[in-house]
Amino acid sequence: MIYAEILAGGKGTRMGNTEMPKQFLMLGKKPIFIHTVEQFLMNKRIDKIFICCPEQWVSYTKDTLRKYISDTAKVIVVKGGETRNDTILNGCRFIEENYGIQEDDIILTHDAVRPFLTQRIIDDNIDGALKYGAVDTVVEAFDTIVHSKDGQIITDIPVRSEMYQGQTPQSFNIKLLMSFFASLTEDEKSILTDACKALVIKGTDVHLVKGEVSNIKITTQYDLKVANGLVEENKS
Amino acid sequence: MINQVYRLIAPKQIREDFVDLKIDDESVIVRPTYLSICAADQRYYTGSRGRVVMKQKLPMALIHEAVGEVVYDPQGEYKVGTNVVMIPNTPIEEDEIIKDNYMRSSRFRASGFDGFMQNVVCMQRNLIIPFSVEPRVAVLLELTSVVMNAVENFEKMAHCRRNTIGIWGNGNLGFIVALTLRKKYPDSQIIVFGVEEHKMAYFSFVDNTYLIDDIPSDLRVDHAFECVGGRASGTAINQIIDYIQPQGTISLMGVSENNVPINTRMVLEKGLTLLGNSRSNYDDFKHSVQLMEMYDDVCEYLSTIISEEVVVQSIDDIHRAFDDDLNNDFKTIMKWEI
Repeated sequence: MIYAEILAGGKGTRMGNTEMPKQFLMLGKKPIFIHTVEQFLMNKRIDKIFICCPEQWVSYTKDTLRKYISDTAKVIVVKGGETRNDTILNGCRFIEENYGIQEDDIILTHDAVRPFLTQRIIDDNIDGALKYGAVDTVVEAFDTIVHSKDGQIITDIPVRSEMYQGQTPQSFNIKLLMSFFASLTEDEKSILTDACKALVIKGTDVHLVKGEVSNIKITTQYDLKVANGLVEENKS
Repeated sequence: MINQVYRLIAPKQIREDFVDLKIDDESVIVRPTYLSICAADQRYYTGSRGRVVMKQKLPMALIHEAVGEVVYDPQGEYKVGTNVVMIPNTPIEEDEIIKDNYMRSSRFRASGFDGFMQNVVCMQRNLIIPFSVEPRVAVLLELTSVVMNAVENFEKMAHCRRNTIGIWGNGNLGFIVALTLRKKYPDSQIIVFGVEEHKMAYFSFVDNTYLIDDIPSDLRVDHAFECVGGRASGTAINQIIDYIQPQGTISLMGVSENNVPINTRMVLEKGLTLLGNSRSNYDDFKHSVQLMEMYDDVCEYLSTIISEEVVVQSIDDIHRAFDDDLNNDFKTIMKWEI
């Protein structure tokens, strides 16, 4: 089975005084996360889509889904966790309890606030996760990356051609991911907040999938304004 | 959802635009799988439509020949994964006499509004048709439907002596006209007239081929199809007028940017009928699907005129497909993975 897990756990703290988490803000005529869910709904290879959101927003998410999407049979809203990895793990546990996990089951984890992803990115993630077990979506770094340990002086300027910027989806073989999480200590879990980073540090190969510069993450009011500027109404 | 639409904004410049796609119960969402480049697309891409038209029409997504897979149908009429051909002609109103592909109010993809170069396409339920043949060949269904429209028009209008039918033009259109006529009229002599010997070699199923400067002087055709278009339109039509029997029908199919002077004196003297043909409607597509599904060799022959298949995963790949197409003998198709 191929699952998609939309990570909608953000509480919107970086957006300023928004009244609700950023994934629920409007982009064009729909909330951001609806656009994201729809993109996964349009992929015939995805069997189920989980939306993981903060506990107090579960009912709201369900209501909003019903309002915008007529066929929600493939979409399930589940409670997110405290951290990003907890949320991913919650999704995996839900799958384990309700469907069981087979050797080649994979999960695509994706930020709810990246609604600009394409079918090509989804397909490449599916192919990559089935083949390699773990993939991360990236784009080449356009800007020079400057590394500073203290935020005052430059520690290092890495070779730009070897630098990439991480996006999502991050996609995994579910068995691999769950057994890996089980092997982490509590301390490691608190430090290794990114699943791909954790896998790499522990010696697992994570392959790259080409993202798109347009696959932006809507984190700030500026991002939202840019995103709304990019999207036009459907006239045809 | 946010749909990516790949629009031509100026000659040889394509931009990814983002459209807030409205998904309602009346529509079916289709993910394109194969797209085919037509001469009309190429005229926009290279800017040869002229500044005024370009300014009027752009930005616009190109391509009106495409097949895809149903990825979402809120009504559940089409199973997810069903292969369908997408019909570019979009009628706005019905008329009991005029076919909808000739209605001035009808809209046409990649001419009046966005074509199929999109992440997914929101199609009206009545503008898709399922098929069971190979999608990489089925992408030629649109061109076949244009031929079907012309052949069925010919069937209705031309007199019944169809011993010899001539086709002027050795390109994609000429090939599909010849193949369709071969199946519709197995007892007729089908003769192709062209200028490129190496391309005419592909027409193995016709009775004869001639270079246009080497036609026997006593050869005559009962009816003819003009599949040349462009600047050579006039030469072709006038040659047809010379070689056609009186009261024959000339089916015009080639598009020309300029007005074409033709020998009307001889059109009058011979009592010829000139039939205009353009585009196609739902029934033409339906009959084209039936043609491909009925005869195995139709798909086999059609696959021989796919000169190149370009896998498209980026805008650069789209440019490569259009650039290559200019040098390809026959069709350039795009495997749509963007």
